[in-house]
Amino acid sequence: MKQIANWALNVATMRGASYSDARIVSQKSRALTTKNGKVGSASDSESVGMNVRVIADGAWGFAASEDLSRSGVEATAARAVEIARASSQVKQQDVRLAPEKPVTAEWATPYAIDPFAISVEQNIALLLQIDSELCAVAGVTLAESNLNFNRDEQWFLSSEGSDIHQTKYSAGAGYTAHAFAGNEIQKRSYPNSFGGQWQNKGYELIDELKLIENARRIAEEAVALHHAEQCPEGTFDIILDSSQLGLQIHESIGHPIELDRVLGMEANFAGTSFLTLDKLRSLRYGSEIVNVVADARQEHGPGLGTFAYDDEGVPAQCTPIITNGLFTGYLSSRETAHTIGENRSGGTLRAESWNRLPMIRMTNISLLPGEKPLTLEQLIASTDHGILMQTNRSWSIDDRRYNFQFGCEIGWEIKHGKRVRMVKNPSYSGITTEFWNSLDAICSRDEWTLWGTPNCGKGQPQQVMGTGHGAAPSRFRQIKVGSAYKGS
Amino acid sequence: MLTRDRAGDIFDRIKGFSSADEVEVLFSGGRFALTRFANNIIHQNVEDENHVVSVRTTFDKRTARATTNKFDDDSLRRVVESSEALAKVQHPDPDLLPMPDSREAAKTGELPIPTRHFEQTAAITPQLRAESVKKIVEVARNHQLVTAGIFSSSESVDGIFNSRGLSQWHAQTLAEVSITMLGADSSGWQKANSPDVTNLDPPHMAEVAAKKAIDSAHAAEIPAGKYTVILEPSAALDIVGFMFWDYSGMAILDQRSFLTGRIGSKLFGENITIWDDVGHPLQNGTPFDGEGMRRLRLPLVENGVVKRVVYARATAERMKRSEYKDKAGPIEPTGHGFPLPNEMGEMPLNLVFAAPQSPQNLAEMIASTERGVLVTRLWYIREVDPYEKIVTGMTRDGTFLVENGRIKEGVRNFRFNESLIHMLSNVEAMSVPQRSSGEESFDMVVPAMKIRDFNFTEVTKF
Repeated sequence: MKQIANWALNVATMRGASYSDARIVSQKSRALTTKNGKVGSASDSESVGMNVRVIADGAWGFAASEDLSRSGVEATAARAVEIARASSQVKQQDVRLAPEKPVTAEWATPYAIDPFAISVEQNIALLLQIDSELCAVAGVTLAESNLNFNRDEQWFLSSEGSDIHQTKYSAGAGYTAHAFAGNEIQKRSYPNSFGGQWQNKGYELIDELKLIENARRIAEEAVALHHAEQCPEGTFDIILDSSQLGLQIHESIGHPIELDRVLGMEANFAGTSFLTLDKLRSLRYGSEIVNVVADARQEHGPGLGTFAYDDEGVPAQCTPIITNGLFTGYLSSRETAHTIGENRSGGTLRAESWNRLPMIRMTNISLLPGEKPLTLEQLIASTDHGILMQTNRSWSIDDRRYNFQFGCEIGWEIKHGKRVRMVKNPSYSGITTEFWNSLDAICSRDEWTLWGTPNCGKGQPQQVMGTGHGAAPSRFRQIKVGSAYKGS
Repeated sequence: MLTRDRAGDIFDRIKGFSSADEVEVLFSGGRFALTRFANNIIHQNVEDENHVVSVRTTFDKRTARATTNKFDDDSLRRVVESSEALAKVQHPDPDLLPMPDSREAAKTGELPIPTRHFEQTAAITPQLRAESVKKIVEVARNHQLVTAGIFSSSESVDGIFNSRGLSQWHAQTLAEVSITMLGADSSGWQKANSPDVTNLDPPHMAEVAAKKAIDSAHAAEIPAGKYTVILEPSAALDIVGFMFWDYSGMAILDQRSFLTGRIGSKLFGENITIWDDVGHPLQNGTPFDGEGMRRLRLPLVENGVVKRVVYARATAERMKRSEYKDKAGPIEPTGHGFPLPNEMGEMPLNLVFAAPQSPQNLAEMIASTERGVLVTRLWYIREVDPYEKIVTGMTRDGTFLVENGRIKEGVRNFRFNESLIHMLSNVEAMSVPQRSSGEESFDMVVPAMKIRDFNFTEVTKF
């Protein structure tokens, strides 16, 4: 593979590129689903290809191909240079990259069990057992479950001398019970909605999730929601479970801190950001207890944003994003670092596949747990009147990341420190910085989970990327609840 | 580019490597290029070529799929082995049908499809895209604005072959332009695509987007509430697109569709008629489905009454045996199935709204509005309630207050929570439907819509 990459780099240099890098990627995936007692889909997929990213005449070009023959690779490299020259027709100044020391490195996701070594029969048996538990509950009208395994192997070489070989494994699993009755569809998911929990791990993740043990309860909750009262509308203290809080972090912290958005590069599609450059180290993003990091290092945990080097050869780092409530950092790249006065990239450039351009993506954007011991039950006990909301059902935020609205699958009204009743269709809304400034309690490390979001979309052409979000259940004071159903 | 002849040769090799009862091979891929600009410069410029072969094998009611993008003999042998290994360990599926042959695939009819492959689009170069971007940037500079957007072009193929002699092939091109113009505190947007690049006029689109940015500057804040809204076609398609996953026999059987128990009911206003029509001259895409069945032209909604949903072959058979069979409209394979195996069944993808009896253009809709909100684009739409079909989302890139028949001023963007059933029951006027493109849903032939009592629930900061 190194020889293939060098063919590309040599041609790019000969054609006049001042910088070039080549990524060769081999991806393998397995997806299994069940639905109402039957296998829904069963598929294996492989994709292999390479790309060349160049700077020529001070502008970017990128070309990718499935063709790994010498002539094919050299033609792809030549095409990248030709594209860069076209880009240079509409430029203002030359692209400049923050310096990065070349490195030779080898890295692989630590895992205990190779997920592709587990038989398909065993996987299907597990899913059908879950399905059976879900369907055993009267009132469940649709049961769905999934298992997903991925292996991405990548060779990155650059004209500056970097030579990095990384192999990343990820796994995901989850299920949902739907209950249709009257004029209403309710659902409950475990361990999270929209595909469950995902991490950079091997099959051991599946064993850790206690999927079967929770299936009956989840199905019963889906049916019970039909008998629950509508979540009240008004202003309440709310407690978010860690998975919902993970998505809240993703949407209202993770995206606004992407420096390419801030600089207008995503204005046509994903949008811009309220976090203009003047707000760095001056904006009170959240309350004093809010500490958020962007941490791609293995020591942060096996998140979907964990790696050793990003897709332009920059080592994984931990960047303080919010420090005691103060906004302190962006997600940056070699091209953008200078705009915030940094002389080094924050190491966040990643691509979906071999045929896509790497761009600034969230790594693991995590809210650090509270320092004092605090369990969810203790947090509930200290809440006079509020709503506990669990598991995301809908999510939406404006294109500068101010106004958001989230719906959850299930809510529990809390009165005088106790859960007094289940409520259905809970939702809450607000403005990002007002919301984070209302945070007054975060549960401690024992309640903290590093969630995986496997479906983050960004860019044109759109790329889907996995990101990680660590969170513990937390309480927010005086939040607007119930707008989603207001006036309907 | 992969040709039909070469695909046929690859299929023969795959068939030779397989011991399955039946073999089906899907081909897809092509060349794709996209020039992306922001801050008045080209900042990303990409091109890729990739083709994928996806092999489905069956053994006695068991089926599975494996996919690769390598076409050498070793890779093809490996992908066949993967597909067969996966298939053999499946539980038998009593609903799995034998693969269709050519005769069955054609039963749904041969809709005449206009050519969707244009040499001029296939021949677009990076230089040509850059020239076009330069003109867009000139428009931005002329108005002291900053622009961001894309100009993309592609040439692609889709094909299907199976061991019962079926073969289908489709080649098409597509060019797409999307432009955002940014002022100090405002923005405007336009997007269009076509198989034929000569149908696109980027400088004109740039001027329209620029006018929106200029006219919406210094946006006023008006309170949330129920307003008459005028949705431009892109906004209309992005919101209505959220209901079409439910026009599926499988969704009815799964009881996840808002049409469960409602087929034959008058759900929408008398003026709403919607077809699925892959042959429509303003539509795009393949004329066959994931099993190679030809797509039917179907009325989904007629004068507000939900008439029918679409069916893959196996879904139609299941529906005929189900408790819903008498409340599901006509039941037959319609050529809308996804590749097997899958859990979603099918959906309509070529939606065409019928022209109203008395169409109004945008100017006429504005002129007839005493007080309302004109919406250029919607954003981040998500489903809040699956049966009442309440969706939430934001306005974006050009939202205006209309008063006394005129655009008065730009206003801050709203969050909406609106039922699609309610919305399509309150359409007061529509334009002539046009091919439109958004970001939240797929392209459609859809009109601008004037709608009363649209439910804005919050206002954002800009």
